[in-house]
Amino acid sequence: MSRTPLDTVEHAAATPDVELPWAELGLKKDEYERIVEILGRRPTGAELAMYSVMWSEHCSYKSSKVHLRQFGEKAPQSDAMLVGIGENAGVVDVGQGYAVTFKVESHNHPSYVEPYQGAATGVGGIVRDIIAMGARPVAVVDPLRFGAADHPDTKRVLPGVVAGIGGYGNCLGLPNIGGEVVFDACYQGNPLVNAGAIGVMRHEDIHLAKASGAGNKVILYGARTGGDGIGGASILASETFDDAKPSKRPAVQVGDPFQEKLLIECTLEAFREKLVVGIQDLGAAGLSCATSELASNGSGGMRVTLDDVPLRDSTLSPEEILMSESQERMCAVVEPEKVDRFLEICDKWDVIATVIGEVTDGDRLEIYWHGGKIVDVDPRTVAHEGPVYERPYARPDWQDALQADDANALPRPATSEELKDQVLKLVASPNQASKKWITSQYDHFVQGNTVLAQPEDSGMIRVDEETGLGVAIATDGNGRYAKLDPYTGAQLALAEAYRNVATTGARPLAVSDCLNFGSPEDPAVMWQFAEAVRGLADGCLQLGTPVTGGNVSLYNQTGEAAIHPTPVVAVLGVIDDVARRTPVAFQEEGQLLYLLGDTREEFGGSAWSQVVHDHLGGLPPQVDLERERLLAEILISASRDGMIDSAHDLSDGGLVQAVVESALLGGVGARLVVPDGLDAFTFLLSESAGRAIVAVPRSEEVRFNDMCGARGLPATRIGVVDGDAVEVQGEFSLSLAELREAHEGTIPALLA
Amino acid sequence: MTARIGVVTFPGSLDDRDTQRAIRIAGAEPVALWHKDKDLKQVDAVVLCGGFSYGDYLRAGAIARFSPVMEPLIEQAKAGLPVLGICNGFQILTEAHLLPGAMLGNDHLHFICRDQRLRVENAETSWTSDYRAGQEIHIPLKNMDGRYVADGYTLDKLEAEGRVAFRYLGLNPNGSLNDIAGITNEAGNVVGLMPHPEHAVEPLIGTGRTDGLPFFTSILKKLVNA
Repeated sequence: MSRTPLDTVEHAAATPDVELPWAELGLKKDEYERIVEILGRRPTGAELAMYSVMWSEHCSYKSSKVHLRQFGEKAPQSDAMLVGIGENAGVVDVGQGYAVTFKVESHNHPSYVEPYQGAATGVGGIVRDIIAMGARPVAVVDPLRFGAADHPDTKRVLPGVVAGIGGYGNCLGLPNIGGEVVFDACYQGNPLVNAGAIGVMRHEDIHLAKASGAGNKVILYGARTGGDGIGGASILASETFDDAKPSKRPAVQVGDPFQEKLLIECTLEAFREKLVVGIQDLGAAGLSCATSELASNGSGGMRVTLDDVPLRDSTLSPEEILMSESQERMCAVVEPEKVDRFLEICDKWDVIATVIGEVTDGDRLEIYWHGGKIVDVDPRTVAHEGPVYERPYARPDWQDALQADDANALPRPATSEELKDQVLKLVASPNQASKKWITSQYDHFVQGNTVLAQPEDSGMIRVDEETGLGVAIATDGNGRYAKLDPYTGAQLALAEAYRNVATTGARPLAVSDCLNFGSPEDPAVMWQFAEAVRGLADGCLQLGTPVTGGNVSLYNQTGEAAIHPTPVVAVLGVIDDVARRTPVAFQEEGQLLYLLGDTREEFGGSAWSQVVHDHLGGLPPQVDLERERLLAEILISASRDGMIDSAHDLSDGGLVQAVVESALLGGVGARLVVPDGLDAFTFLLSESAGRAIVAVPRSEEVRFNDMCGARGLPATRIGVVDGDAVEVQGEFSLSLAELREAHEGTIPALLA
Repeated sequence: MTARIGVVTFPGSLDDRDTQRAIRIAGAEPVALWHKDKDLKQVDAVVLCGGFSYGDYLRAGAIARFSPVMEPLIEQAKAGLPVLGICNGFQILTEAHLLPGAMLGNDHLHFICRDQRLRVENAETSWTSDYRAGQEIHIPLKNMDGRYVADGYTLDKLEAEGRVAFRYLGLNPNGSLNDIAGITNEAGNVVGLMPHPEHAVEPLIGTGRTDGLPFFTSILKKLVNA
């Protein structure tokens, strides 16, 4: 059988007319022409492979870049930021010499195709980003969105996703402390599987993805490289280059959490011995990404011998090796005299490690295969100078009609009995129901530092055993609000996550985001995206919480139907002593319940409008970020000074949802009185932002009231923690047993 | 003097650092043991901690059982060395035949993580003497393969000899026969259980209870008084 000659740089220069499958690899004609212009010749097959993956939407952010710049331009002054956008994950100073890195990413598309592996490798990828910064991963969170809870396909996707997250994260020894589960028909064909992780390190341990120092060795370690995760590459691998081998390969990667656990321990041991100059994980775009990013961030060039890459499948072509997204691999840059020790540590952990190249004093990334040079590029043109699109965007025609369809005008319960029925229906609805069936499949306890985990308002992890220093994280996003008004919706997501962190007693410090949208080629979607980014950037500026990094997931759309715009926002906070944290659960009978903030008639996008009327219209709740900031200060002070024993943020489902959750978790009920100036319906079910309920011990009431009064935060006494029912005076009473059955029975009945 | 208690780290062990912390909190000295160690560094007792040794590939505990460190451990356990196996450690102990029976996948086929109520059935082992027989405790449970099974003869023998050390109360979380959560060997020096006492040693952390601490104080008292 005759084989095509190796497509070296030399060969490419000599054969300018060879047709390459750039279109099949997802490149546009003008993008391909730009590659030819950059190189001054046609690319080799290997070069084309690298450019095509690195210039993909996923890796290059070509549609979103022009908007994402605002996160830098509008970044608030913050002393906390140690490493900002652009690295594997942002790093924040949390005091006492500790730094925390955190990030949220999407693994939406693979999780729909293959729920278990898609979700599992999503956890694996985000955890490697955290390790690559030099940190020990300490917790994960998983914001999830699925189609309608009672849709048959949800029963395929959700259990697989949950088992995948658990199967991978549990096996890594990472406590799962937060996240969300939301159902909406708009996610039917496009579930959102976002994964977040937090890591902790000392300041001096921060590592960056750069290859510096000519002569330093490039070491690939972890799993062998296989044919998994090669999407477009199978096209390259087929007729054009070599038809003597298998052509179809799975596009979804397969995870091996055991291998990743070894990778974590072995990497951290190498860090401890200061063996690593630069490091990068292999995620999307695999070796193409790792080599080009390491080289372009460093001071020199890089030479790599692809023959030295350990393979699972010896028939892989160089293009496939460069594009493979096999999991559990990392790339380190190590000084020559430290290579032996590095390899020794890898051997101790049974991790395969191979020197595949070295840093050069040039400025080119050169890759060799079978003695021939198959890549010779300026790495910056691959990693950082991809195309940038100013995609057209326009407010959709239907937006006005949507906003005019006022939810405040929907029929409200006419009697107390009807109000009671609607409340019971609300707390039992899939979105408002307990997610225990899901979260009990995740390990919350491992590592022995979990202070709070879901269903608390934020997850909290102890960082220092001696001082009690801790960090908190909350993720939030409400696609219904964002659909009604993407600018406000993004700010509401930010405000809720910020509030959730403060409710547990931690001070919000920084933000990461995962922006899930439909197709950027639709001007309406692009408008939603632009508005959401603008809203989030403005909001972060006002709250003083910089965006440290994040992820954009576009094309979440089936045919013409895009998902609701769903910006998911993660806020990280710090607490000086975790002993001062505030839980959601009511602690003691007799404590006084206070509602903090203002309640308006705000039902647009509300859980009530969805559950009772299957309605989405009107405007989302107003945002007042100054009020959010004040509320946060009060909640943090009250926690620090021991003035409150429990607190719960108010968001979807309104006050009654929060009271029911606190009551069920604490095993003790509440008697509520509708305050003057409010009707029972608005009091219980409005979703006005900037609110929380707190339980105040009687001995602290005066001090707490004085503090709120002095700082100008409305604090209304609404009842008392008491009994075994949630009773609204003059309206209705629901026993805890009845509420528990409604609240905890829904999800198992649908999914177990 | 205090006692030196070894904690073995296998590839894939997860709770090794947590177990060392629990030992420290109880007042003993934790000693890290590596699965390739050929001796036990003269420790006074050993804990095989939780995790997914070797990814639980093949069968939970089946590969770890053949690690070099297990050779001296099995030999000395038979001679009376106190050994506690928690979760994956329990699985390893059954694979090593230091304890009878085996663990299968949970009957509901899901990983389960919960605050589990248990009854202490035997407070006379090396690891349970600080409990009272019949005492009810809450200990976190988290596993995929926690369903304890044994043949009828073995079960009868365990029950007759009082070797069921812990029993699940309320809900049986995994389908274990006779609600068995943990057992001991005849001599009472080797104990294995699925729940995680090392995750219940500090009031602030996890479930907020310290019901697991007596495991570590029991062994410490026994060793120091010996």
